[in-house]
Amino acid sequence: MRFRLDRHSGLPAYRQLVDQVRHALRLGVLCPGDQLPTVREVVKQIAINPNTVHRAYRELEQQGLTEGRPGSGTFVKRSLSTVPEEQPMLQRRLEEWIDAARQAGLGDEAIEALVAEALHTSEEEEP
Amino acid sequence: MTAVLETRGLGRRYGAKWGLRDCSLTVSEGSITGLVGPNGAGKSTLLRLAAGLSRPSEGTVSVFGQPIDPNGTEHLGRIGYLDQHRPIYGSFRVRDMLTLGRKLNTEWDDALAPQLLAEVGIPLNVRVHTLSIGQQAQVSLAVCLAKRPDLLLLDEPAGSLDPLARQQLFQALLGTVAERGTTVFLSSHIVSELEPVCDNLIILAASAVRLSESTEDIVATHKLIIGGPGIISTPGVEVISTKTSGRQTHLLVRGVLPNLGPDCEVLQPDLQEVVLGYLTQAGQQSAVSDGSSTDSAQIGVLP
Repeated sequence: MRFRLDRHSGLPAYRQLVDQVRHALRLGVLCPGDQLPTVREVVKQIAINPNTVHRAYRELEQQGLTEGRPGSGTFVKRSLSTVPEEQPMLQRRLEEWIDAARQAGLGDEAIEALVAEALHTSEEEEP
Repeated sequence: MTAVLETRGLGRRYGAKWGLRDCSLTVSEGSITGLVGPNGAGKSTLLRLAAGLSRPSEGTVSVFGQPIDPNGTEHLGRIGYLDQHRPIYGSFRVRDMLTLGRKLNTEWDDALAPQLLAEVGIPLNVRVHTLSIGQQAQVSLAVCLAKRPDLLLLDEPAGSLDPLARQQLFQALLGTVAERGTTVFLSSHIVSELEPVCDNLIILAASAVRLSESTEDIVATHKLIIGGPGIISTPGVEVISTKTSGRQTHLLVRGVLPNLGPDCEVLQPDLQEVVLGYLTQAGQQSAVSDGSSTDSAQIGVLP
């Protein structure tokens, strides 16, 4: 697991770290039993305040996603990965859709806007 | 939180001019606090006073709960101070620089400095003046860290370094303080690099403290308003800075905003924009400080 920091996103750094771990859990990059980098490793990797990393790890633990084992580190407890069987198919269909959108002349920004809009609409439709 | 560094009404005068005035602030244990401000704002003066290297003209400085005794040396062992000019001897070999550090300090971690320097590929047998500026900064920081201080005072530690060298310096610094929970107070005029590093930020301008708060709160409590010329006052909203160009006005404000209507756009500023707003305000105030226009600190907003 490698973290990155977007200095201009407007999101607090600890929130970015939490989101990146959640993202990795969703994609299956991190699985139950995996160890997260130590606070010192993260700090050395991206030059960030150690207290920020502690805070992010605390939050992940509160969300029930990880657990701290005294003396040995922080480990993944639970995955966020969705039905793995269907994922390759969904990804393939999304890639096909993106190809079609590109052929229709849409740029990345327009594609992202469409996806965001569709997510937003389906959220509103949910009971 | 215990205060590791505390100043009350601290001031330092150089001849007729004040380098720092009425400065009251607290740096709590285990925190990393950034000091930002333009050149000449008093950052170095404040750090030298905190290190006990300079005597206050007025007010007090306490470290670890004790007022600094200007003739005492007790506090020196627990403070690591790195001057902005990086006082290392060019003709020394890196190894000799470390020996000097060991001989001059009561506390010294023999393994730490060589380890830090090995991590960034600096050999011990070369002369300091043959190193790049970034490498010299690493050597001076390593000497400072090897003393294992409880309070680190760093004056522009990454000044004049290229972006990669800055990144490497902060990696070495933060990696080391992460292990011991060392309290760090550092100055910089590059705000963007301080945001992910600092728990708290102190804005110093025109010899005075303008703001001292957690980095997160600073960003969260300020808003940028872009609107037409008809902006009028509202109590409870503090205007930090105003910029007008043509029919458009940009306001940096702090406080809970009333409903501004459709003519105003409210944006979330980033840390850099907030800091610049305070520095602009300080500039405007010092420009009109002899005038009578002191009633404008509470202008608010409504279309």
